[in-house]
Amino acid sequence: MNRVVVVGAGPAGMAAARAAAATGVEVVLVDSAQGLGGQYHRRAPESLGGNEIPPIPGVRHLAATTVWALEPVPGGHRLHLRTGPADAPGRQATVLDTAALVLATGAYDRALPFPGWDLPGVFTAGAAQALAKGQKVAVGSRVLLAGTGPFLLPVAESLIGVGARVLGVLEANIPVGGWLRDPLALLAGRAKAAELARYVTMLARHRVPFRPRTTVIAAHGTDRVTEVTTARLTADWRVRPGSERRVPVDAVCVGFGFTPQLELAVAAGCRLAGEFVEVNEAQATSVAGVFAAGEITGIGGADLSEAEGVLAGLAAARLLGGQGETPRRAIAAVRAGRRFAAALDRAHPVRAGWQSWLAEDTLICRCEEVDYGALCRAVRDRDAIGVRSLKLVSRVGLGACQGRTCGRNAADLVGGLDPAGLARRPIAAPVRLGELATTPVHPNERDTS
Amino acid sequence: MRVRVDGQEKSALPGQTVAGVLLAGGRVSWRTTRNGDRPRGVFCGIGVCFDCLVVVNGVPDVRACQRVVADGDEIRTQLGAELPGSAS
Ligand SMILES: Cc1cc2nc3c(=O)[nH]c(=O)nc-3n(C[C@H](O)[C@@H](O)[C@H](O)COP(=O)(O)OP(=O)(O)OC[C@H]3O[C@@H](n4cnc5c(N)ncnc54)[C@H](O)[C@@H]3O)c2cc1C
Ligand code: FES
Repeated sequence: MNRVVVVGAGPAGMAAARAAAATGVEVVLVDSAQGLGGQYHRRAPESLGGNEIPPIPGVRHLAATTVWALEPVPGGHRLHLRTGPADAPGRQATVLDTAALVLATGAYDRALPFPGWDLPGVFTAGAAQALAKGQKVAVGSRVLLAGTGPFLLPVAESLIGVGARVLGVLEANIPVGGWLRDPLALLAGRAKAAELARYVTMLARHRVPFRPRTTVIAAHGTDRVTEVTTARLTADWRVRPGSERRVPVDAVCVGFGFTPQLELAVAAGCRLAGEFVEVNEAQATSVAGVFAAGEITGIGGADLSEAEGVLAGLAAARLLGGQGETPRRAIAAVRAGRRFAAALDRAHPVRAGWQSWLAEDTLICRCEEVDYGALCRAVRDRDAIGVRSLKLVSRVGLGACQGRTCGRNAADLVGGLDPAGLARRPIAAPVRLGELATTPVHPNERDTS
Repeated sequence: MRVRVDGQEKSALPGQTVAGVLLAGGRVSWRTTRNGDRPRGVFCGIGVCFDCLVVVNGVPDVRACQRVVADGDEIRTQLGAELPGSAS
Protein backbone atom coordinates (compact mmCIF):
# COMPACT_ATOMS: atom_id res chain seq x y z
CA MET A 1 0.00 0.00 0.00
CA ASN A 2 2.85 2.34 0.87
CA ARG A 3 4.02 3.02 -2.65
CA VAL A 4 3.28 5.29 -5.58
CA VAL A 5 1.82 3.41 -8.53
CA VAL A 6 1.80 5.15 -11.90
CA VAL A 7 -0.34 3.75 -14.73
CA GLY A 8 0.93 4.75 -18.17
CA ALA A 9 4.55 5.24 -19.18
CA GLY A 10 4.10 8.09 -21.64
CA PRO A 11 5.59 11.56 -21.10
CA ALA A 12 3.25 12.18 -18.14
CA GLY A 13 3.69 8.83 -16.41
CA MET A 14 7.46 8.71 -16.84
CA ALA A 15 7.83 12.21 -15.41
CA ALA A 16 5.54 11.31 -12.51
CA ALA A 17 7.51 8.16 -11.72
CA ARG A 18 10.83 10.01 -11.93
CA ALA A 19 9.65 12.88 -9.72
CA ALA A 20 8.18 10.51 -7.13
CA ALA A 21 11.27 8.28 -7.06
CA ALA A 22 13.50 11.31 -6.55
CA THR A 23 11.88 11.81 -3.14
CA GLY A 24 12.91 8.31 -2.09
CA VAL A 25 9.50 6.59 -1.95
CA GLU A 26 8.83 3.23 -3.61
CA VAL A 27 7.52 3.66 -7.17
CA VAL A 28 5.99 1.16 -9.57
CA LEU A 29 5.28 2.17 -13.19
CA VAL A 30 2.85 -0.01 -15.13
CA ASP A 31 2.30 0.01 -18.89
CA SER A 32 0.81 -2.45 -21.32
CA ALA A 33 3.55 -1.72 -23.86
CA GLN A 34 6.91 -3.50 -23.92
CA GLY A 35 8.95 -0.35 -23.47
CA LEU A 36 8.75 3.04 -21.83
CA GLY A 37 7.66 6.09 -23.79
CA GLY A 38 3.93 5.98 -24.47
CA GLN A 39 2.80 7.53 -27.73
CA TYR A 40 5.13 10.50 -28.04
CA HIS A 41 8.38 8.71 -27.20
CA ARG A 42 7.52 5.51 -29.03
CA ARG A 43 10.66 3.69 -30.19
CA ALA A 44 11.21 0.96 -32.74
CA PRO A 45 12.74 -2.29 -31.45
CA GLU A 46 16.51 -2.69 -31.77
CA SER A 47 16.06 -5.19 -34.61
CA LEU A 48 14.54 -2.36 -36.66
CA GLY A 49 17.20 0.16 -35.76
CA GLY A 50 15.55 1.68 -32.71
CA ASN A 51 16.99 2.17 -29.24
CA GLU A 52 15.14 1.57 -26.03
CA ILE A 53 14.50 4.29 -23.47
CA PRO A 54 16.76 3.54 -20.48
CA PRO A 55 15.14 2.52 -17.18
CA ILE A 56 14.27 5.26 -14.69
CA PRO A 57 16.45 5.04 -11.55
CA GLY A 58 14.52 3.94 -8.48
CA VAL A 59 11.44 2.93 -10.46
CA ARG A 60 10.18 -0.64 -10.85
CA HIS A 61 8.75 -0.86 -14.37
CA LEU A 62 6.16 -3.55 -15.01
CA ALA A 63 6.30 -3.89 -18.81
CA ALA A 64 3.71 -5.70 -20.94
CA THR A 65 1.36 -5.29 -17.99
CA THR A 66 -2.21 -4.14 -18.38
CA VAL A 67 -4.38 -2.75 -15.60
CA TRP A 68 -7.72 -4.32 -16.42
CA ALA A 69 -9.68 -3.32 -13.32
CA LEU A 70 -9.41 -1.05 -10.34
CA GLU A 71 -11.32 -1.09 -7.04
CA PRO A 72 -11.26 0.95 -3.85
CA VAL A 73 -9.88 -0.82 -0.76
CA PRO A 74 -9.46 0.62 2.73
CA GLY A 75 -6.69 3.22 2.56
CA GLY A 76 -6.32 3.26 -1.22
CA HIS A 77 -6.94 1.35 -4.41
CA ARG A 78 -6.28 -2.14 -5.70
CA LEU A 79 -5.20 -2.61 -9.29
CA HIS A 80 -5.76 -5.90 -11.11
CA LEU A 81 -2.93 -6.62 -13.52
CA ARG A 82 -2.17 -9.09 -16.30
CA THR A 83 1.36 -9.52 -17.54
CA GLY A 84 2.31 -11.23 -20.77
CA PRO A 85 1.83 -11.18 -24.55
CA ALA A 86 -1.16 -9.05 -25.60
CA ASP A 87 -4.45 -10.96 -25.63
CA ALA A 88 -2.74 -14.28 -24.96
CA PRO A 89 -4.45 -16.76 -22.68
CA GLY A 90 -2.78 -17.51 -19.38
CA ARG A 91 -1.10 -14.18 -18.71
CA GLN A 92 0.10 -13.80 -15.16
CA ALA A 93 -2.48 -12.25 -12.85
CA THR A 94 -1.39 -10.07 -9.96
CA VAL A 95 -2.82 -7.34 -7.78
CA LEU A 96 -1.11 -4.20 -6.61
CA ASP A 97 -2.38 -1.97 -3.80
CA THR A 98 -1.50 1.68 -3.50
CA ALA A 99 -2.36 4.67 -1.37
CA ALA A 100 -1.02 7.07 -4.00
CA LEU A 101 -2.14 6.33 -7.53
CA VAL A 102 -1.18 8.41 -10.57
CA LEU A 103 -3.27 7.83 -13.69
CA ALA A 104 -1.49 8.81 -16.91
CA THR A 105 -3.33 6.69 -19.45
CA GLY A 106 -3.21 9.20 -22.31
CA ALA A 107 -5.56 9.62 -25.23
CA TYR A 108 -6.34 8.17 -28.62
CA ASP A 109 -7.31 9.70 -31.97
CA ARG A 110 -10.84 10.74 -32.64
CA ALA A 111 -11.95 9.65 -36.10
CA LEU A 112 -15.14 10.99 -37.66
CA PRO A 113 -17.20 8.59 -39.73
CA PHE A 114 -17.65 9.14 -43.46
CA PRO A 115 -18.77 6.80 -46.26
CA GLY A 116 -16.09 4.14 -46.74
CA TRP A 117 -14.18 4.82 -43.51
CA ASP A 118 -14.45 1.15 -42.63
CA LEU A 119 -12.42 0.07 -45.68
CA PRO A 120 -8.96 -1.37 -45.02
CA GLY A 121 -6.44 1.33 -45.87
CA VAL A 122 -8.29 3.96 -43.85
CA PHE A 123 -6.29 4.53 -40.67
CA THR A 124 -6.23 7.00 -37.84
CA ALA A 125 -3.36 9.45 -38.02
CA GLY A 126 -2.09 7.94 -34.76
CA ALA A 127 -1.98 4.48 -36.33
CA ALA A 128 0.20 5.78 -39.16
CA GLN A 129 2.43 7.45 -36.56
CA ALA A 130 2.67 4.43 -34.28
CA LEU A 131 3.46 2.10 -37.19
CA ALA A 132 6.05 4.46 -38.67
CA LYS A 133 7.77 5.18 -35.38
CA GLY A 134 7.38 1.81 -33.71
CA GLN A 135 7.50 -0.64 -36.61
CA LYS A 136 9.24 1.38 -39.36
CA VAL A 137 6.44 0.55 -41.74
CA ALA A 138 4.47 2.95 -43.94
CA VAL A 139 0.70 2.41 -44.02
CA GLY A 140 0.74 3.05 -47.77
CA SER A 141 2.81 4.46 -50.59
CA ARG A 142 0.39 7.20 -51.70
CA VAL A 143 -1.09 8.61 -48.53
CA LEU A 144 -3.46 11.48 -47.84
CA LEU A 145 -3.77 12.97 -44.33
CA ALA A 146 -6.98 14.66 -43.24
CA GLY A 147 -8.47 16.00 -40.04
CA THR A 148 -7.77 18.91 -37.79
CA GLY A 149 -4.98 19.97 -35.48
CA PRO A 150 -1.20 20.23 -35.56
CA PHE A 151 -0.74 16.48 -34.95
CA LEU A 152 -1.18 15.84 -38.69
CA LEU A 153 2.19 17.52 -39.30
CA PRO A 154 4.50 15.14 -37.35
CA VAL A 155 2.56 12.27 -38.91
CA ALA A 156 3.34 13.62 -42.38
CA GLU A 157 7.00 13.86 -41.41
CA SER A 158 7.12 10.29 -40.08
CA LEU A 159 5.39 8.91 -43.16
CA ILE A 160 7.89 10.63 -45.43
CA GLY A 161 10.62 9.23 -43.18
CA VAL A 162 9.52 5.65 -43.86
CA GLY A 163 9.27 6.22 -47.61
CA ALA A 164 5.62 7.06 -48.20
CA ARG A 165 4.58 9.77 -50.61
CA VAL A 166 2.31 12.17 -48.75
CA LEU A 167 -0.14 13.60 -51.28
CA GLY A 168 -1.39 16.33 -49.00
CA VAL A 169 -2.33 17.44 -45.51
CA LEU A 170 -5.98 18.49 -45.41
CA GLU A 171 -6.87 20.67 -42.42
CA ALA A 172 -10.60 21.11 -41.96
CA ASN A 173 -10.19 24.35 -40.00
CA ILE A 174 -8.18 27.48 -40.78
CA PRO A 175 -5.33 27.37 -38.26
CA VAL A 176 -3.82 30.70 -39.18
CA GLY A 177 -6.98 32.52 -38.27
CA GLY A 178 -6.98 30.87 -34.86
CA TRP A 179 -4.05 30.51 -32.50
CA LEU A 180 -1.65 32.64 -34.50
CA ARG A 181 -3.84 35.63 -33.72
CA ASP A 182 -3.65 35.15 -29.95
CA PRO A 183 -0.34 36.81 -29.01
CA LEU A 184 -0.39 35.60 -25.41
CA ALA A 185 -0.91 32.02 -26.45
CA LEU A 186 1.79 32.37 -29.04
CA LEU A 187 4.17 33.63 -26.43
CA ALA A 188 3.21 30.78 -24.12
CA GLY A 189 3.84 28.31 -26.90
CA ARG A 190 7.11 29.67 -28.26
CA ALA A 191 8.72 26.25 -28.48
CA LYS A 192 5.62 24.74 -30.04
CA ALA A 193 5.38 27.55 -32.57
CA ALA A 194 8.99 26.94 -33.58
CA GLU A 195 8.21 23.25 -33.97
CA LEU A 196 5.22 24.07 -36.18
CA ALA A 197 7.35 26.38 -38.30
CA ARG A 198 9.81 23.53 -38.81
CA TYR A 199 6.99 21.27 -40.07
CA VAL A 200 5.83 23.92 -42.51
CA THR A 201 9.36 24.06 -43.96
CA MET A 202 9.44 20.28 -44.12
CA LEU A 203 6.15 20.15 -46.04
CA ALA A 204 7.42 22.74 -48.51
CA ARG A 205 10.68 20.87 -49.04
CA HIS A 206 8.81 17.67 -49.87
CA ARG A 207 6.23 19.58 -51.92
CA VAL A 208 3.39 18.36 -49.75
CA PRO A 209 0.39 20.65 -50.23
CA PHE A 210 -1.32 21.90 -47.05
CA ARG A 211 -4.98 22.66 -47.72
CA PRO A 212 -7.10 24.45 -45.14
CA ARG A 213 -10.90 24.04 -45.01
CA THR A 214 -10.60 20.80 -46.94
CA THR A 215 -11.14 17.19 -45.96
CA VAL A 216 -11.81 13.64 -47.10
CA ILE A 217 -15.57 13.04 -47.25
CA ALA A 218 -15.57 9.51 -48.72
CA ALA A 219 -13.27 6.56 -49.33
CA HIS A 220 -13.84 4.22 -52.26
CA GLY A 221 -12.80 0.66 -53.08
CA THR A 222 -14.11 -2.87 -52.78
CA ASP A 223 -11.75 -4.68 -50.41
CA ARG A 224 -9.46 -1.76 -49.66
CA VAL A 225 -9.30 1.94 -50.30
CA THR A 226 -8.20 2.85 -53.82
CA GLU A 227 -9.58 6.39 -54.09
CA VAL A 228 -10.98 9.09 -51.86
CA THR A 229 -13.23 12.08 -52.45
CA THR A 230 -11.90 15.33 -51.04
CA ALA A 231 -13.97 18.48 -50.73
CA ARG A 232 -13.67 22.08 -49.66
CA LEU A 233 -15.68 22.91 -46.56
CA THR A 234 -17.74 25.83 -45.39
CA ALA A 235 -16.92 27.38 -42.00
CA ASP A 236 -19.37 24.89 -40.48
CA TRP A 237 -17.77 21.92 -42.34
CA ARG A 238 -20.50 21.40 -44.88
CA VAL A 239 -19.30 20.43 -48.32
CA ARG A 240 -18.94 23.28 -50.80
CA PRO A 241 -20.94 22.03 -53.78
CA GLY A 242 -18.81 21.42 -56.84
CA SER A 243 -15.53 21.25 -54.87
CA GLU A 244 -15.42 17.44 -54.74
CA ARG A 245 -12.35 15.79 -56.27
CA ARG A 246 -11.41 12.13 -56.66
CA VAL A 247 -7.83 11.28 -55.64
CA PRO A 248 -6.23 7.84 -56.12
CA VAL A 249 -4.55 6.71 -52.87
CA ASP A 250 -3.61 3.45 -51.20
CA ALA A 251 -4.02 4.83 -47.69
CA VAL A 252 -5.78 7.69 -45.98
CA CYS A 253 -5.18 8.75 -42.37
CA VAL A 254 -7.68 10.78 -40.39
CA GLY A 255 -7.43 12.51 -37.03
CA PHE A 256 -9.87 15.00 -35.54
CA GLY A 257 -8.25 15.57 -32.19
CA PHE A 258 -8.02 13.10 -29.33
CA THR A 259 -10.29 11.35 -26.85
CA PRO A 260 -8.99 10.71 -23.32
CA GLN A 261 -8.54 7.10 -22.16
CA LEU A 262 -10.83 7.49 -19.16
CA GLU A 263 -11.91 4.06 -18.00
CA LEU A 264 -9.61 3.74 -14.98
CA ALA A 265 -10.34 7.31 -13.84
CA VAL A 266 -14.06 6.68 -14.20
CA ALA A 267 -13.74 3.35 -12.36
CA ALA A 268 -11.99 5.21 -9.52
CA GLY A 269 -14.90 7.64 -9.40
CA CYS A 270 -12.88 10.71 -10.42
CA ARG A 271 -15.03 13.70 -11.25
CA LEU A 272 -14.83 14.85 -14.86
CA ALA A 273 -14.67 18.40 -16.17
CA GLY A 274 -16.39 18.10 -19.52
CA GLU A 275 -14.67 15.26 -21.30
CA PHE A 276 -11.54 15.19 -19.14
CA VAL A 277 -10.49 14.25 -15.60
CA GLU A 278 -10.82 17.24 -13.29
CA VAL A 279 -7.63 18.04 -11.35
CA ASN A 280 -6.49 20.80 -8.99
CA GLU A 281 -3.17 22.66 -9.18
CA ALA A 282 -1.35 19.63 -7.68
CA GLN A 283 -2.96 17.31 -10.27
CA ALA A 284 -5.11 15.72 -7.54
CA THR A 285 -8.46 14.35 -8.71
CA SER A 286 -11.68 14.52 -6.72
CA VAL A 287 -10.84 11.10 -5.20
CA ALA A 288 -8.41 11.04 -2.28
CA GLY A 289 -5.14 9.34 -3.17
CA VAL A 290 -5.73 9.50 -6.93
CA PHE A 291 -3.81 11.92 -9.17
CA ALA A 292 -4.03 12.38 -12.93
CA ALA A 293 -1.60 13.82 -15.47
CA GLY A 294 -1.16 14.11 -19.21
CA GLU A 295 -3.80 13.94 -21.86
CA ILE A 296 -6.51 12.37 -19.70
CA THR A 297 -6.73 15.83 -18.10
CA GLY A 298 -6.76 17.76 -21.40
CA ILE A 299 -5.08 17.61 -24.79
CA GLY A 300 -1.94 19.71 -24.83
CA GLY A 301 1.00 17.75 -26.20
CA ALA A 302 3.98 15.98 -24.71
CA ASP A 303 5.65 18.95 -22.96
CA LEU A 304 2.52 19.82 -21.01
CA SER A 305 1.94 16.15 -20.19
CA GLU A 306 5.45 15.86 -18.84
CA ALA A 307 5.16 19.00 -16.69
CA GLU A 308 1.85 17.77 -15.27
CA GLY A 309 3.51 14.44 -14.57
CA VAL A 310 6.19 16.11 -12.45
CA LEU A 311 3.51 17.79 -10.31
CA ALA A 312 1.41 14.63 -9.99
CA GLY A 313 4.38 12.43 -9.08
CA LEU A 314 5.56 14.84 -6.44
CA ALA A 315 2.10 15.28 -4.94
CA ALA A 316 1.61 11.50 -4.81
CA ALA A 317 5.02 11.03 -3.14
CA ARG A 318 4.28 13.74 -0.58
CA LEU A 319 1.16 11.85 0.42
CA LEU A 320 3.49 9.02 1.49
CA GLY A 321 5.91 11.32 3.29
CA GLY A 322 8.30 11.94 0.40
CA GLN A 323 10.02 15.33 0.43
CA GLY A 324 10.84 17.38 -2.62
CA GLU A 325 11.36 20.98 -3.59
CA THR A 326 8.52 22.94 -5.13
CA PRO A 327 8.86 22.27 -8.88
CA ARG A 328 8.72 25.89 -10.03
CA ARG A 329 9.70 25.13 -13.61
CA ALA A 330 7.00 22.50 -13.99
CA ILE A 331 4.40 24.83 -12.48
CA ALA A 332 5.31 27.55 -14.99
CA ALA A 333 5.38 25.03 -17.83
CA VAL A 334 1.90 23.77 -16.93
CA ARG A 335 0.55 27.32 -16.90
CA ALA A 336 2.06 28.20 -20.27
CA GLY A 337 1.21 24.83 -21.79
CA ARG A 338 -2.45 25.07 -20.83
CA ARG A 339 -2.73 28.52 -22.33
CA PHE A 340 -1.28 27.31 -25.62
CA ALA A 341 -3.46 24.19 -25.51
CA ALA A 342 -6.59 26.29 -25.03
CA ALA A 343 -5.70 28.43 -28.04
CA LEU A 344 -5.05 25.36 -30.18
CA ASP A 345 -8.31 23.86 -29.03
CA ARG A 346 -10.19 27.01 -30.05
CA ALA A 347 -8.57 26.89 -33.47
CA HIS A 348 -9.28 23.20 -34.10
CA PRO A 349 -12.82 22.36 -33.00
CA VAL A 350 -14.85 19.59 -34.57
CA ARG A 351 -17.69 21.42 -36.30
CA ALA A 352 -21.19 20.06 -36.66
CA GLY A 353 -21.19 19.99 -40.47
CA TRP A 354 -19.37 16.61 -40.40
CA GLN A 355 -22.73 15.02 -39.80
CA SER A 356 -23.75 16.00 -43.33
CA TRP A 357 -21.00 13.76 -44.80
CA LEU A 358 -22.84 10.64 -43.62
CA ALA A 359 -24.99 8.41 -45.81
CA GLU A 360 -27.73 6.09 -44.52
CA ASP A 361 -25.41 3.10 -44.72
CA THR A 362 -22.29 4.76 -43.25
CA LEU A 363 -21.22 2.75 -40.22
CA ILE A 364 -21.23 4.66 -36.95
CA CYS A 365 -20.26 1.70 -34.75
CA ARG A 366 -17.57 -0.24 -36.61
CA CYS A 367 -17.61 -3.22 -34.21
CA GLU A 368 -21.31 -4.00 -34.29
CA GLU A 369 -21.72 -2.61 -37.81
CA VAL A 370 -24.51 -0.20 -36.85
CA ASP A 371 -25.08 2.32 -39.61
CA TYR A 372 -26.32 5.90 -39.46
CA GLY A 373 -29.80 4.92 -40.64
CA ALA A 374 -30.15 2.32 -37.88
CA LEU A 375 -28.96 4.77 -35.24
CA CYS A 376 -31.47 7.39 -36.40
CA ARG A 377 -34.28 4.82 -36.38
CA ALA A 378 -33.36 3.69 -32.87
CA VAL A 379 -33.55 7.24 -31.62
CA ARG A 380 -36.72 8.14 -33.51
CA ASP A 381 -38.74 5.01 -32.96
CA ARG A 382 -37.79 4.06 -29.46
CA ASP A 383 -36.81 7.26 -27.80
CA ALA A 384 -33.51 5.63 -26.99
CA ILE A 385 -31.98 8.62 -25.31
CA GLY A 386 -29.51 7.85 -22.56
CA VAL A 387 -26.40 5.79 -22.95
CA ARG A 388 -27.75 2.48 -21.72
CA SER A 389 -30.95 2.42 -23.68
CA LEU A 390 -29.26 3.74 -26.81
CA LYS A 391 -26.74 0.91 -26.61
CA LEU A 392 -29.36 -1.74 -25.99
CA VAL A 393 -31.68 -0.59 -28.74
CA SER A 394 -29.16 0.07 -31.50
CA ARG A 395 -26.17 -1.96 -30.27
CA VAL A 396 -23.99 1.14 -30.80
CA GLY A 397 -21.01 0.87 -28.47
CA LEU A 398 -21.69 -2.73 -27.45
CA GLY A 399 -18.90 -4.20 -29.55
CA ALA A 400 -15.37 -5.23 -28.79
CA CYS A 401 -14.06 -1.68 -28.35
CA GLN A 402 -16.85 -0.86 -25.88
CA GLY A 403 -17.67 2.40 -27.64
CA ARG A 404 -14.19 3.90 -27.57
CA THR A 405 -14.31 4.58 -31.30
CA CYS A 406 -17.97 5.46 -31.80
CA GLY A 407 -19.00 6.86 -28.40
CA ARG A 408 -18.11 10.49 -28.99
CA ASN A 409 -19.59 10.50 -32.47
CA ALA A 410 -22.80 8.78 -31.38
CA ALA A 411 -23.08 11.31 -28.55
CA ASP A 412 -22.76 14.19 -31.03
CA LEU A 413 -25.28 12.64 -33.40
CA VAL A 414 -27.83 11.89 -30.70
CA GLY A 415 -27.11 14.86 -28.43
CA GLY A 416 -27.25 15.06 -24.68
CA LEU A 417 -25.25 11.95 -23.74
CA ASP A 418 -22.95 12.11 -20.74
CA PRO A 419 -19.23 11.47 -21.42
CA ALA A 420 -18.76 9.65 -18.11
CA GLY A 421 -21.54 7.28 -19.08
CA LEU A 422 -19.77 6.59 -22.36
CA ALA A 423 -16.47 5.82 -20.61
CA ARG A 424 -17.98 3.51 -17.98
CA ARG A 425 -16.34 0.20 -18.73
CA PRO A 426 -16.06 -2.18 -15.78
CA ILE A 427 -13.26 -3.97 -17.59
CA ALA A 428 -10.72 -1.36 -18.62
CA ALA A 429 -8.75 -3.64 -20.90
CA PRO A 430 -9.64 -6.98 -22.46
CA VAL A 431 -9.23 -10.15 -20.45
CA ARG A 432 -10.08 -13.51 -21.94
CA LEU A 433 -13.11 -15.28 -20.52
CA GLY A 434 -10.94 -18.21 -19.47
CA GLU A 435 -8.69 -15.79 -17.60
CA LEU A 436 -11.62 -14.24 -15.75
CA ALA A 437 -12.83 -17.64 -14.64
CA THR A 438 -9.46 -18.38 -13.11
CA THR A 439 -8.38 -15.11 -11.59
CA PRO A 440 -5.50 -16.23 -9.44
CA VAL A 441 -3.65 -13.83 -7.24
CA HIS A 442 0.09 -14.04 -7.27
CA PRO A 443 1.10 -13.96 -3.61
CA ASN A 444 4.36 -12.06 -4.16
CA GLU A 445 2.55 -9.07 -5.49
CA ARG A 446 -0.20 -9.15 -2.93
CA ASP A 447 0.33 -6.30 -0.60
CA THR A 448 -1.68 -6.31 2.57
CA SER A 449 0.53 -3.93 4.50
CA MET B 1 12.66 -15.68 -36.43
CA ARG B 2 10.13 -17.57 -38.52
CA VAL B 3 6.38 -17.31 -38.30
CA ARG B 4 3.61 -18.73 -40.49
CA VAL B 5 0.94 -16.45 -41.95
CA ASP B 6 -2.05 -18.35 -43.34
CA GLY B 7 0.18 -21.34 -43.84
CA GLN B 8 3.03 -19.46 -45.52
CA GLU B 9 6.38 -19.19 -43.84
CA LYS B 10 7.59 -15.61 -43.25
CA SER B 11 10.60 -14.16 -41.51
CA ALA B 12 10.09 -11.74 -38.64
CA LEU B 13 12.27 -9.68 -36.33
CA PRO B 14 12.16 -9.54 -32.55
CA GLY B 15 9.93 -6.68 -31.44
CA GLN B 16 7.81 -6.66 -34.58
CA THR B 17 4.08 -6.78 -33.95
CA VAL B 18 1.81 -9.09 -35.91
CA ALA B 19 0.42 -5.98 -37.65
CA GLY B 20 3.97 -4.82 -38.39
CA VAL B 21 4.79 -8.16 -40.04
CA LEU B 22 1.54 -8.28 -42.02
CA LEU B 23 1.68 -4.65 -43.23
CA ALA B 24 5.36 -4.93 -44.14
CA GLY B 25 4.35 -7.95 -46.23
CA GLY B 26 1.78 -5.88 -48.09
CA ARG B 27 -1.39 -7.12 -46.36
CA VAL B 28 -3.96 -4.50 -45.28
CA SER B 29 -6.70 -6.80 -44.02
CA TRP B 30 -6.75 -10.08 -42.10
CA ARG B 31 -10.19 -10.35 -40.62
CA THR B 32 -13.81 -10.35 -41.78
CA THR B 33 -16.65 -8.86 -39.79
CA ARG B 34 -19.32 -10.97 -38.13
CA ASN B 35 -22.39 -9.44 -39.76
CA GLY B 36 -21.31 -7.90 -43.03
CA ASP B 37 -18.40 -10.24 -43.85
CA ARG B 38 -16.33 -7.14 -44.59
CA PRO B 39 -12.51 -7.09 -44.54
CA ARG B 40 -10.72 -5.23 -41.74
CA GLY B 41 -7.14 -4.57 -40.70
CA VAL B 42 -5.45 -1.91 -38.59
CA PHE B 43 -7.45 1.20 -37.79
CA CYS B 44 -6.25 2.86 -34.55
CA GLY B 45 -2.88 1.12 -34.33
CA ILE B 46 -2.73 1.36 -30.53
CA GLY B 47 -5.05 -1.30 -29.16
CA VAL B 48 -8.21 0.78 -28.82
CA CYS B 49 -10.51 -0.15 -31.72
CA PHE B 50 -10.31 -3.98 -31.97
CA ASP B 51 -10.49 -3.88 -35.76
CA CYS B 52 -7.18 -5.69 -36.27
CA LEU B 53 -8.20 -9.01 -34.68
CA VAL B 54 -6.37 -12.10 -35.89
CA VAL B 55 -5.93 -15.74 -34.84
CA VAL B 56 -2.56 -16.49 -33.23
CA ASN B 57 -1.66 -20.07 -32.30
CA GLY B 58 -5.31 -21.06 -32.53
CA VAL B 59 -6.52 -18.26 -30.27
CA PRO B 60 -8.88 -15.76 -31.95
CA ASP B 61 -9.45 -12.09 -31.08
CA VAL B 62 -5.79 -11.19 -30.70
CA ARG B 63 -5.10 -7.53 -31.50
CA ALA B 64 -2.46 -7.65 -34.22
CA CYS B 65 -1.27 -4.12 -33.46
CA GLN B 66 -0.52 -5.04 -29.82
CA ARG B 67 0.82 -8.58 -30.09
CA VAL B 68 4.56 -8.91 -30.47
CA VAL B 69 5.48 -11.96 -32.55
CA ALA B 70 7.31 -14.92 -31.08
CA ASP B 71 9.37 -17.41 -33.04
CA GLY B 72 7.15 -20.09 -34.53
CA ASP B 73 3.88 -18.17 -34.17
CA GLU B 74 1.06 -19.50 -36.31
CA ILE B 75 -0.92 -16.48 -37.54
CA ARG B 76 -4.08 -16.71 -39.59
CA THR B 77 -7.00 -14.70 -40.90
CA GLN B 78 -9.98 -14.45 -38.56
CA LEU B 79 -13.30 -15.17 -40.25
CA GLY B 80 -16.31 -13.59 -38.57
CA ALA B 81 -16.78 -14.55 -34.93
CA GLU B 82 -14.52 -17.47 -34.10
CA LEU B 83 -14.61 -19.51 -30.96
CA PRO B 84 -11.33 -20.39 -29.28
CA GLY B 85 -10.00 -23.59 -30.76
CA SER B 86 -12.35 -23.59 -33.78
CA ALA B 87 -10.87 -25.20 -36.87
CA SER B 88 -9.34 -23.15 -39.64
C1 LIG C 1 -1.14 6.84 -31.62
C2 LIG C 1 -0.67 8.18 -31.16
C3 LIG C 1 0.57 8.64 -31.57
C4 LIG C 1 1.02 9.90 -31.14
N1 LIG C 1 2.24 10.34 -31.60
C5 LIG C 1 2.63 11.61 -31.29
C6 LIG C 1 3.83 12.14 -31.85
O1 LIG C 1 4.56 11.45 -32.55
N2 LIG C 1 4.15 13.43 -31.59
C7 LIG C 1 3.35 14.20 -30.79
O2 LIG C 1 3.67 15.37 -30.58
N3 LIG C 1 2.23 13.71 -30.23
C8 LIG C 1 1.84 12.45 -30.47
N4 LIG C 1 0.66 11.97 -29.95
C9 LIG C 1 -0.10 12.81 -29.04
C10 LIG C 1 0.14 12.25 -27.64
O3 LIG C 1 -1.12 12.08 -27.09
C11 LIG C 1 1.18 13.02 -26.85
O4 LIG C 1 0.78 14.33 -26.65
C12 LIG C 1 1.64 12.37 -25.54
O5 LIG C 1 2.13 11.08 -25.81
C13 LIG C 1 0.62 12.33 -24.42
O6 LIG C 1 1.26 11.86 -23.25
P1 LIG C 1 0.55 11.05 -22.08
O7 LIG C 1 1.65 10.73 -21.12
O8 LIG C 1 -0.62 11.80 -21.58
O9 LIG C 1 -0.03 9.71 -22.69
P2 LIG C 1 0.53 8.53 -23.71
O10 LIG C 1 1.80 8.95 -24.28
O11 LIG C 1 -0.62 8.28 -24.54
O12 LIG C 1 0.80 7.35 -22.70
C14 LIG C 1 -0.23 6.63 -22.07
C15 LIG C 1 0.28 5.24 -21.75
O13 LIG C 1 -0.65 4.60 -20.88
C16 LIG C 1 -0.69 3.24 -21.16
N5 LIG C 1 -1.96 2.71 -20.68
C17 LIG C 1 -3.20 3.21 -20.91
N6 LIG C 1 -4.13 2.47 -20.29
C18 LIG C 1 -3.47 1.47 -19.66
C19 LIG C 1 -3.88 0.38 -18.85
N7 LIG C 1 -5.18 0.15 -18.57
N8 LIG C 1 -2.93 -0.48 -18.39
C20 LIG C 1 -1.61 -0.28 -18.66
N9 LIG C 1 -1.17 0.76 -19.42
C21 LIG C 1 -2.08 1.61 -19.91
C22 LIG C 1 -0.53 3.19 -22.67
O14 LIG C 1 0.01 1.94 -23.06
C23 LIG C 1 0.43 4.34 -22.95
O15 LIG C 1 1.77 3.91 -23.06
C24 LIG C 1 0.20 10.71 -30.32
C25 LIG C 1 -1.04 10.22 -29.90
C26 LIG C 1 -1.48 8.97 -30.31
C27 LIG C 1 -2.83 8.49 -29.86
S1 FES D 1 -5.76 -1.37 -34.83
FE1 FES D 1 -7.11 -0.74 -33.26
S2 FES D 1 -6.83 -2.33 -31.84
FE2 FES D 1 -5.36 -2.82 -33.30
